[in-house]
Amino acid sequence: MKARAFSYFRAATIDQALHAHARAGDDARFIAGGQSLVPALSLRLQAPRLLIDITHIAELRGVRREGAFLRIGALTRHCEMLSEPLIAEFAPLLRAAAPFVAHPAIRNRGTFGGSVAHADPASEFPAMTLALGAEIEIVGPSGSRRVKADDFFVDLFETALQPGELITAVFVPLFKADQRFAFDELARRRGDYALVGCGMLATCTGDRIDDIRISFFSVGNTPTRVKGTEAALIGSSLGAERIAAAQAALEGDLAPPEGDEVPPAMRLHLARVLLGRMLGRLGAGA
Amino acid sequence: MIGFDESLLDDADETVRVRFTINGRKVACEVAPRETLVDCLRNVLELTGTHAGCEMGACGACLVQLDGRAVHACLMFTVQADGARIDTIEGLTESGVIADLQAEFHRRNALQCGFCTPGMLVNAHELLSQVTRPSREDIRDALSGNYCRCTGYEAIVDAIDAVAKARIESGGPT
Repeated sequence: MKARAFSYFRAATIDQALHAHARAGDDARFIAGGQSLVPALSLRLQAPRLLIDITHIAELRGVRREGAFLRIGALTRHCEMLSEPLIAEFAPLLRAAAPFVAHPAIRNRGTFGGSVAHADPASEFPAMTLALGAEIEIVGPSGSRRVKADDFFVDLFETALQPGELITAVFVPLFKADQRFAFDELARRRGDYALVGCGMLATCTGDRIDDIRISFFSVGNTPTRVKGTEAALIGSSLGAERIAAAQAALEGDLAPPEGDEVPPAMRLHLARVLLGRMLGRLGAGA
Repeated sequence: MIGFDESLLDDADETVRVRFTINGRKVACEVAPRETLVDCLRNVLELTGTHAGCEMGACGACLVQLDGRAVHACLMFTVQADGARIDTIEGLTESGVIADLQAEFHRRNALQCGFCTPGMLVNAHELLSQVTRPSREDIRDALSGNYCRCTGYEAIVDAIDAVAKARIESGGPT
């Protein structure tokens, strides 16, 4: 239960952090909140030569509007997602998801960028970047780039991040007056990983859904957008029949894996139940 | 050059000097980078009120305050805390800020073996400094990351609830 020996470097700038990573021959890990990384090191699931602390890099901090987006600095802590007024106003889906992220003391240290980079398929925030159509800003040895959330999550704990790259910020399209959102999850205990969870963002004209993005977590190797289900909803209003059609479509979108304590059929059932409840609320909450 | 000394890579287990303020006192100690804060507090500084339970952030027995917020001392390395202000259960006890919580825990038998109690108190202290009138559900939610294997939580929630009410009656937090 103790980490293998490593060297520690506290970077003051992004350049310092990238330089240190390269000098360690990429046998290094960036650490921010460390709420997933420290246990992984303690269990020796990971054992880098060098740990690069990025929490003191000012460029990675702050939440602000930038054009049509809200720029959320990678070091924004989960507790700030709850308290920051700009999040509540322009990214209310993230505000709704934040109380479900782990326990209060974890939220005091864990960071938004770290959660997205870690890409735990059972985590709330990575899945919400999908529902929001967010863009992830990445910096690395070959410069800076922005990747759409749809292209970011590749496989289990695998993302578009290449060795030596780190997330600088997540850009979330500003929430608009004609949009509605919903978040919910089913867990055995508050703060535990969800058995299944979901976030959705709809653009509406009156009660008609013009566009909707729905993303599930805890249903497979990555957070998962359910495009067939979305298609079943676009162009209609949310009556009981339409919701039932969406629930039926979910079966074609999700294939929960075998081999853990929750059988795939049960997970799919819970996903259907959750979807039905959330669409009902979305329809009622004009 | 830009701040990174490559000789660092060859000194993986060599100790480094860390300075912080613990319970109001400035402290410097030599730690290996891989040493967690809970191990440093207990083994180096002999502040054994912070308990090491699961050592993976699940049980809440190791909670301390870092720059005024409750964090797991098992989920950070001591080197990360360089320059920070840390308050452990010993400091919170001596300063008297949790005296009413401690008395109420005692009065209501909100502990049996006491292993979880420091973490419970740190978390309760944080909750009551942020929310003046927590509901019982708020209290349970705040304690969702603290395991108690003896009492079954009811008395713990009662104690925190009673202190929250008593603080309101006496005109705000102590």
